[in-house]
Amino acid sequence: MGSYIPETHEGRADMLTAIGLESAEELYSVVPEEVRSGELNLPEGLSELEVVSHMEALANENVRFGTVLRGAGAYRHHIPAIVKTVTSKEEFVTAYTPYQAEISQGVLQSIFEYQTQICELTGMDVSNASVYDGATAAAEAVLMCLDRKRGEVVVAESVNPDVITVIKTYCASRNVPVVTVGMKDDLTLDLEALQAAIGPKTAAVYVQSPNYLGVIEDMDAIVAATHGAGAKLVMGFNPISLGILRTPGEYGADVAVAEGQPLGLPLGFGGPYLGIMAATKAMMRKLPGRIVGQTTDADGRRAFVLTLQAREQHIRREKASSNICSNEALCAMTASVYLATVGPDGLAQAARLSAGHAHYLADKLAELGFAVVSDRPFFNEFLTTCPIDADQLVDALEARGILAGLPTHGGILWCATELNTRSDIDRAVQAIKEVCDR
Amino acid sequence: MSTIPAELSYTKSHEWVSVEDDVYTIGLTDYAQDALGDLVFVNLPEEGDEVVAGEAFADVESVKAVSDVFSPVTGVVIAINEELLDAPETINEDPYGAWFVRVGNVTEVGDLLDADAYAALCEQEG
Amino acid sequence: MKLLFERSVPGRKQTIFPDLDVPEVSFDQTLLRDKAPRLPQMAEVDLGRHYTELAKQTHGVNDGFYPLGSCTMKYNPRVNEQVSALSGFTDIHPLQPAETAQGCLRAMYELEGMLAEICGMDAMTLQPAAGAHGEYTGLLLIRAHHLAKGDTARTKIIVPDSAHGTNPASAVMAGFTVVSVPSNEAGGVDLDALRAAVGEDTAGLMLTNPNTLGLFDPNILEICRIVHEAGGLCYYDGANLNAVMGHARPGDMGFDCVHVNLHKTFSTPHGGGGPGSGPVGCKAFLAPYLPGPQVTKSADGSFSFVQPEQSVGKVRSFYGNFLVTVRALAYILTLGKEGIPEASEAAVLNANYLAHLLSKAGYTLPYGERCMHEFVIDVGPLKAETGASAMDVAKRLLDFDVHPPTMYFPLIVHEALMVEPTETESRETLDEFVSLMTNILAEAREDGERLHGAPFTRPIGRPDEVTAARKPCLHYVFDEEA
Repeated sequence: MGSYIPETHEGRADMLTAIGLESAEELYSVVPEEVRSGELNLPEGLSELEVVSHMEALANENVRFGTVLRGAGAYRHHIPAIVKTVTSKEEFVTAYTPYQAEISQGVLQSIFEYQTQICELTGMDVSNASVYDGATAAAEAVLMCLDRKRGEVVVAESVNPDVITVIKTYCASRNVPVVTVGMKDDLTLDLEALQAAIGPKTAAVYVQSPNYLGVIEDMDAIVAATHGAGAKLVMGFNPISLGILRTPGEYGADVAVAEGQPLGLPLGFGGPYLGIMAATKAMMRKLPGRIVGQTTDADGRRAFVLTLQAREQHIRREKASSNICSNEALCAMTASVYLATVGPDGLAQAARLSAGHAHYLADKLAELGFAVVSDRPFFNEFLTTCPIDADQLVDALEARGILAGLPTHGGILWCATELNTRSDIDRAVQAIKEVCDR
Repeated sequence: MSTIPAELSYTKSHEWVSVEDDVYTIGLTDYAQDALGDLVFVNLPEEGDEVVAGEAFADVESVKAVSDVFSPVTGVVIAINEELLDAPETINEDPYGAWFVRVGNVTEVGDLLDADAYAALCEQEG
Repeated sequence: MKLLFERSVPGRKQTIFPDLDVPEVSFDQTLLRDKAPRLPQMAEVDLGRHYTELAKQTHGVNDGFYPLGSCTMKYNPRVNEQVSALSGFTDIHPLQPAETAQGCLRAMYELEGMLAEICGMDAMTLQPAAGAHGEYTGLLLIRAHHLAKGDTARTKIIVPDSAHGTNPASAVMAGFTVVSVPSNEAGGVDLDALRAAVGEDTAGLMLTNPNTLGLFDPNILEICRIVHEAGGLCYYDGANLNAVMGHARPGDMGFDCVHVNLHKTFSTPHGGGGPGSGPVGCKAFLAPYLPGPQVTKSADGSFSFVQPEQSVGKVRSFYGNFLVTVRALAYILTLGKEGIPEASEAAVLNANYLAHLLSKAGYTLPYGERCMHEFVIDVGPLKAETGASAMDVAKRLLDFDVHPPTMYFPLIVHEALMVEPTETESRETLDEFVSLMTNILAEAREDGERLHGAPFTRPIGRPDEVTAARKPCLHYVFDEEA
């Protein structure tokens, strides 16, 4: 059996004696007899070698696809070598939340740098230090728009369905009504339906662009309709796309949120990921979670601290706007290292490659009869029809080491990133052709 | 020893009140600001909001605490001191100048203390 | 230390991506951003050195003793890191067909079973991403239970005054109002106050046991009985589970649901604030409300996802912080049925040993020397005697590469220092800490005022938090704006 207790049994016996106890059982004498556990029904403990074998066996039961043409909320991008090196440093990995600023300047500065990069990326004024993931970021964002006069939320059906579900879960427990607005045949949000849905009680409208099906929404019109009715606009974005595409800040969003996973985090079967949240200055004090600020010490030296803490649960308790405590700090640092590594040119190149590969894939698929459903601009995801049985297609590609697009909305939702090179796509398309020809 | 102007009225929860032409102006006393320490932010109601005697209408934040500010009267907020939003330190520096709200249409006034009675209360609380 | 943006030099870069091998997409100008983000432009060597410098100004578990109460800063085993980095876990898409991710599903299924056994629960979800997220999820189950019975009057959650701030905040997020009950003189729940607080509007009770004073409530069965008889449910905040694993299970104490903090009890690292993981367990009658999807095992031994019939929905995308749960699985496999209770026992022993010696050294322990995995020192008497506060003692520890105990919590002890040594510290480390604390006590008695200036040897002194909050500066101000 393995153990991480450094003290020997003899040493522990001496310590018991030192505090006047005869046996370790006396440590638990306050626990009533009725609630004492018998032996746990767990396996015997293992050596390190055995644990590694067990876990490797589990990992080997999974299929690693050589080619991934599926996104839908989780994206396989290239992770630069230095990102993992930096974020594996054990100081960063093992430190607690930096409440003691004097011995935590490293972590605090890295969060401040992250906040700055997110502001630059999004064109927004302020960023928090992260929340759990993109879906909870969206849910927290719509909740932070509520005020005494406006207590309802409008959500576009064209956003990621997991995000809709999480928003509905968070809103239902607060008794906040959620109205969804459908999309048109071109897979964009139905503007007329949006205008009809926004009322004097609407606090927030949540829209994602590029949306779940990859299409870039008409954000100018959506922002105008939302602000025209006095509501706040929460915009979901893809962080890689902002290497080239227009920012939430430029569109006039009040809060911008994203799943930050594409910025250097592995697919990891869904987590840990990164909830990015940024807002206008006017919304600053409504942001949930930790925020780092710059100040000075008594000698005038620059120092970083957790600030605006009176918003948070450990001070405001039941009056806090959110209960979040632990966040995704190391994932935020990962995103920060990623952005610093690729720089402005690299991020733009990742965006151009992702978009280019997706459009190339769309053209090749169209030749095989997979028609792109929308004629509107898209970034790196798009929905096509599927001329053969979708499950059959997925299975046949799986046998060839290719993870096909996701069957959804009566078609297939495809995705490409910089990792899907031209030759990669050519091979995949050839495989798809063979499946179709069978 | 904290300052307690004779011309004002006070609450047991350490707000001061002045009345002019049926308009009630409310703020936090010198004793209160001293006990709360350096204030870093204040959350104020909006013009037109109703306030109720004995209930919180605002809160003040220090670095490590939040404290409610209670209304001595029931009525409607007709003005808020927006300067406090940018300069909460005014409450520490000039508590009797740093009014929070002015309340009109007052229909109920809670128990108020005069300066002597309030001084006795502060003495008692130490 | 310079910021990334101060090290940036226009034109410097790293070649990460190749040139385009397909035609460039020409987006309409109205869809493009006006100017590039001012991200750092740096060579790899400079970037690497930047973070090495930041790491040197970060205190991790391997930098010294970390007795941070209620945070369970135990050692983070290396093998956990190694197995969680296996590409057979990291490179798996959450939406790939379940039959191609059987290892992930099996890992989740195994961990859920083990956590349920340790907690005395019937079902688990790994979806919550942190402790507070778990609290919220557990409370959603309680809410769903009452609503399913048509009982809409149960709107109140009872929380002791010694509770973590997340408890009341989570209750409000879950749609409840909060009733606070005071602690009794022994630091436990005041039974009379609890009896007076429960009623037909009671949805449930949230309790940490042992509580934030490090005390196991001997009345735990009676507490749960009072709440159950009033029609409420009992929620166990697992923040302090490290005290009782294999010795007392929340399910056997009478609790109906529980969250555990994998980043505390089950040795996964804190990452400077996250990612954590807050799995939630429940008794069978609450299982139909769990967030979906849930892993299930078929008769043929394969695993698949199912949606619980009356699910409260989802609290996060996908299945939770999966790679964190992989670490916890490796940890439980390592310790096994004997190592799990032994870890708790050693944690309790270390805390009692430390409490005894610090009391002997002259510190005040308001609830006595006997404790579970942590205890609270009251610096109030020292402050009255010398002027040195809990903050001063804490800040002085920084000069010796010791992370201070949790300060000013729980709120019911005004000058609290909350000490949790964990089981992964040797007797020498504990003895060194006692000798350090003894020296600080002597310093305080010699010149209490001087300690207001601590720490003395760190790159910065105490930062001006008042100005930070009054005039927030939340991002770097670029030269062209200044």
